[in-house]
Amino acid sequence: MFEYFYKYGSPKPFYDLSKLFVPWLGGICLVLLIAGLIGGLVLAPQDYQQGESFRIIYVHVPSAWMSLFIYMVMASAGATGLIWKVKVSDAVARASAPLGASFTFLALATGSLWGKPMWGTWWVWDARLTSELILLFLYLGYMALQTAIDDRRTAARAGAILALVGVVNIPIIHYSVEWWHTLHQGPTITKLDAPSIHTSMLVPLLIMALAFMFYYAAVVLLRARYEILESERNSAWVSELVEQRRG
Amino acid sequence: MSSLQSFLHMGGYAIYVWPSYGLTFIVLIINIILPLKRENRFFKTFTERKKRPGKAQ
Amino acid sequence: MIGLRQRSELVNPLVFFFIIVTLFALALGAHEETLRQSAPAVIWVAALLASTLSLDTMFHPDLDDGCLEQFLLSHQSLTIIVVAKIMAHWLLTSAPLIVAALFLGLMVYLPQNAMFPLLATLLLGTPVLSLVGAILVALTVGLRGSGILLTLLILPLYIPVLIFSVATVDNAAKGLAITGELYFLGAILVLAATLAPLATTSSLRIRLG
Repeated sequence: MFEYFYKYGSPKPFYDLSKLFVPWLGGICLVLLIAGLIGGLVLAPQDYQQGESFRIIYVHVPSAWMSLFIYMVMASAGATGLIWKVKVSDAVARASAPLGASFTFLALATGSLWGKPMWGTWWVWDARLTSELILLFLYLGYMALQTAIDDRRTAARAGAILALVGVVNIPIIHYSVEWWHTLHQGPTITKLDAPSIHTSMLVPLLIMALAFMFYYAAVVLLRARYEILESERNSAWVSELVEQRRG
Repeated sequence: MSSLQSFLHMGGYAIYVWPSYGLTFIVLIINIILPLKRENRFFKTFTERKKRPGKAQ
Repeated sequence: MIGLRQRSELVNPLVFFFIIVTLFALALGAHEETLRQSAPAVIWVAALLASTLSLDTMFHPDLDDGCLEQFLLSHQSLTIIVVAKIMAHWLLTSAPLIVAALFLGLMVYLPQNAMFPLLATLLLGTPVLSLVGAILVALTVGLRGSGILLTLLILPLYIPVLIFSVATVDNAAKGLAITGELYFLGAILVLAATLAPLATTSSLRIRLG
């Protein structure tokens, strides 16, 4: 099994193999999206408390889950690249950041659009919202650092350290903000903590979450391929590839 | 027809629900288009750079 | 090693601290009640800003005159050098602030029973700022626009310390027991103290290796 890891950790084999995967992953994502959207927008009944606005959950919650998941992937890939010097890891880490930032932004934006009809306000310094906002800053900082360092290999390693520092911080941030929030607001029953969520509402949510996962898988490979091209631009196989595409 | 209308109306919450979904799709699609465009640009400009061997990377 | 190159390095953070607090006091309308409620927040934000803005001095002068590469090449353990620099930063930046907090507390009408908790949180929290700051200075040393970049990177990481410290002092002002919170801050300090030097030396090696 480690042979596969070594082989596909190396730029060219990864580049060739991922070309096959991307369309399939994308296709599965599309199917899941359609299923999830029909399930969520059409089939699921409306919430007795929140009416139709609760349907935002089908994009809000999967986005939030992805924002956290992608950060973990980014930090792990960074660590792998740092410790074992796997070039593909570096590419995946760098490729993941804009996606993670996008999902974090979506989580915040859709949350805001959901919050307005529900709580009457666009923003509240709720524990989750605040933590999510800080997460966005962490992503943006990571991207800024990558852009600021010219040498890609150094940038990847520096980014890995930053991501790892962030990973250690995320539980601390979350705990601090939650403690601080309950301190100031008193015990609040979050609207999301419905006593029990009906299956017909839960299933589309899980499908959408899965769809987002496949989306991430497909697009991170797509982006990572580009990162590999950039970082390997001086190598022979890239030159050959360019020749091929021209001819 | 009225059921399509009531679907779009989303019980009065339309201005919250549809922008949420719309925004999501815009962001997801942008994230596909940008890397594709960048890859294309890479192949175009790469050839040009090769023609100027003096430019060290 | 302490690197007290000029008097101004010691005085500047202090003056800055007073100015920030004054600005807040004036902007908030200088009403006693408003200030009293915001007192811990104002002092802590000022401490945070002062610490952040003086992080530059940790490695930049050494980068400029080539000392940094020498440190990397030398036989001396890089970790010890890094720890010394962190301690120096804290001593020059935050330690005077903690003393100044006694006076600043008066300026913002800090309640009597909150003074000791404020000093306690500053004592536990500001070293964390120096420690975590060191990692990020090492990561960004010598980059274009490193000043702003550093601030952008570091503030999210400072937020837990800020939130926790201010809320702790607020609690103390209300008369609640705060031992639990102080233990938590202590735990963060220990965590930072053990991990930060390692992360800082790794970062220096990565950037200058």
